[in-house]
Amino acid sequence: MTFDIYDFSGLTQSIDKGLKASMSPGWTLLTEFVIIGLIFLIFYAILGLFLVYAERKVCAFIQNRIGPNRVGPLGIFQTIADLIKLLMKELIPIKNADKLLFNIAPFIVIIASFMAIAAIPFAKGLHAIDFNIGIFYIIAVSSLGVVGILLAGWSSNSKYSLIGAMRSGAQVISYELSIGLSLLTIVVFAGTMQLSGIVESQANGWWIFKGHIPAVIAFVVFLIASTAETNRGPFDLAEAESELTAGFHTEYSGIKFAFFFLAEFMNMFIVASIAATVFLGGWMPLHFGVDNAFNRIMDYIPPIVWFFGKTGTVILIMMWFKWTFPRLRIDQLLTLEWKYLLPINLLNIVVVAFLTLMGWHF
Amino acid sequence: MQEEIVKNIILGEDDDYIINVGPQHPSTHGVLRFEVSLQGETIKKVVPHCGYIHRGIEKMCERDTYPQIIHLTDRMDYLSAHMNNEAVCLCVEKALEVEVPERVTYIRTILDELNRIASHQLWWSAMGMDMGALTTFFYGLRDREKILDIFEESFGTRLIQSVNAPGGLMQDIHTGFQKRIKEFIRYFRKKLPEYDQLLTGNVIFRERTEGIAKLSLEDAIQYGVTGPSGRASGFSCDIRKIEPYGTYPKVDFKEILHTEGDTITRYKVRIEEMYESMNILEQLVDNIPAGDYSAKMKAVLRLPVGEFYQRVETARGELGVYIVSDGNKSPYRIKFRAPNFSNLFIISKLAVGYKIADLIAISGSLDLVIPDIDR
Repeated sequence: MTFDIYDFSGLTQSIDKGLKASMSPGWTLLTEFVIIGLIFLIFYAILGLFLVYAERKVCAFIQNRIGPNRVGPLGIFQTIADLIKLLMKELIPIKNADKLLFNIAPFIVIIASFMAIAAIPFAKGLHAIDFNIGIFYIIAVSSLGVVGILLAGWSSNSKYSLIGAMRSGAQVISYELSIGLSLLTIVVFAGTMQLSGIVESQANGWWIFKGHIPAVIAFVVFLIASTAETNRGPFDLAEAESELTAGFHTEYSGIKFAFFFLAEFMNMFIVASIAATVFLGGWMPLHFGVDNAFNRIMDYIPPIVWFFGKTGTVILIMMWFKWTFPRLRIDQLLTLEWKYLLPINLLNIVVVAFLTLMGWHF
Repeated sequence: MQEEIVKNIILGEDDDYIINVGPQHPSTHGVLRFEVSLQGETIKKVVPHCGYIHRGIEKMCERDTYPQIIHLTDRMDYLSAHMNNEAVCLCVEKALEVEVPERVTYIRTILDELNRIASHQLWWSAMGMDMGALTTFFYGLRDREKILDIFEESFGTRLIQSVNAPGGLMQDIHTGFQKRIKEFIRYFRKKLPEYDQLLTGNVIFRERTEGIAKLSLEDAIQYGVTGPSGRASGFSCDIRKIEPYGTYPKVDFKEILHTEGDTITRYKVRIEEMYESMNILEQLVDNIPAGDYSAKMKAVLRLPVGEFYQRVETARGELGVYIVSDGNKSPYRIKFRAPNFSNLFIISKLAVGYKIADLIAISGSLDLVIPDIDR
């Protein structure tokens, strides 16, 4: 089925063999950890820079203006300039703030998003952690971010931050349910929680096409729930500028603020890539059916391009939401989850289970 | 001890969760402080504290001559700058019993309506931005630039035209004035439905504004809430119809009255007022009579002893100018009945029981300009 797709596991196995030839297995493992960690750190940072620039440009075009265009050609060094500025800012210590919690809160948020990004398949074989409970792991680990937000709001010793953190905490834990349940529909279809397995099962068509109506419903619910989960778009009242002047990260300055900011963009990338992997086929090119000429033509485009293209499209949709819609109030937001999305999700799962039993999907 | 008494008078209970919205805040359009007493997310009491931008305009007017006062009034409600000017000019002209040329009344009314549209455009931009739809800020301001271009071309300044003087105008309009206004009307009639598409029809926006903060007719009359906010509750307070001035008697336009009085009705009234203003402009722009741009006035103006009152309809409500004169070249006392001052204090009644997010929506729908409150 996937004859022509380059398998990265050849590359990774050869590196592994080369290291084992010169070091003991224990040291090899450690070296591999360090290498993978470094690669991810660099990837994370560069992707963060790129996403911030993309957001500013997309925002500008929607608002009928140009966006950054001075720093570097077409403004591509704007984010680097912003980063340097943030690094040079004074870290203002807050009187009467809980210092330990205040300092570790941004790190918790970053660690949670790092752990999630490690489990995503970027191409065949280019997969850092390939659990057999991949989806379960991702959902569990992305819930850790809430702890960071709540700690940030509480330890800032400021009423605005506290209100923002409480709102955000309630919002995130509510929408995690919807995310988990909508991913569950595809798990039922695919029969496996392993992410590489889910991608492989889409070799004859993406689940959003094969699963027809329930998969489309699950996709829409996932998009809404993940926008809410990452505090973006119409669900961003935790950091509503016009109401609470930056909510839970009001009191953070310099690099700590940069961590929160970066973590928000990377969370957006993570949920977009999960949507792309589970619903839109991940690194799998667009196939219809098995082994025909159309499939072979699609296979010529490298899988990494497919992956980033799909993720990029979902990110673009999420950015589009943010700059078009007004904000929801906290009670409307929670009503949306508990009274609308959750029942739809539960019904959807029942339908999907039935369809899978009867074999009425492609 | 003093502080405790004051605190208890204002807010009542000791263990209320009190937050301050303002004076520096992205969405209170100026320096205004709301002291909000919360229970969870619900507002128990709101106390607005104004006065942060009090500049003593009324006192300064006592030292300036009548032509100089006009330029101070620009800075009160700066989005209806021309209407403020016109109020003082009309009051002075009424006192001196001067007959201004007809050309002047036409031009003044045209500038009034252009100011009204520009003010409502800025209000729409800010309202969307407060609700979180940041894009509306750019669309509204983009269209407002067309009006500001007309002002800049004709009078040299964008926001505050300062072209009025007692007796008429300080200069005549240029020859392309009418053409520019007609271009603008053609352009804006196409763009205004876009506003509805972006914000009015949006489900999220409707959920946040329908049924929120109903202002009853009795409350509107009692608190003196005029302008679009009052007309949304059924209070028929349009000075252009009650006590017409300028060219308004000759123009055919509707007074926009609704009865529901909630936030989205106040929103709709302003959008419909923009359409009506364009109708008025269309009727006036081609018919400006030829003539002088000012009546012949003395160099030094002394008003006769007595009291004179004139009211106009600014973009936010009824502005009243009350001059007490003792025969000198400066007024003995001038008092401005500011529309925003009355519109502000209705918030203490409207916002109770709603959430903080609603407070922002309500103050956006009331369209407050803070310098007008404080003067």
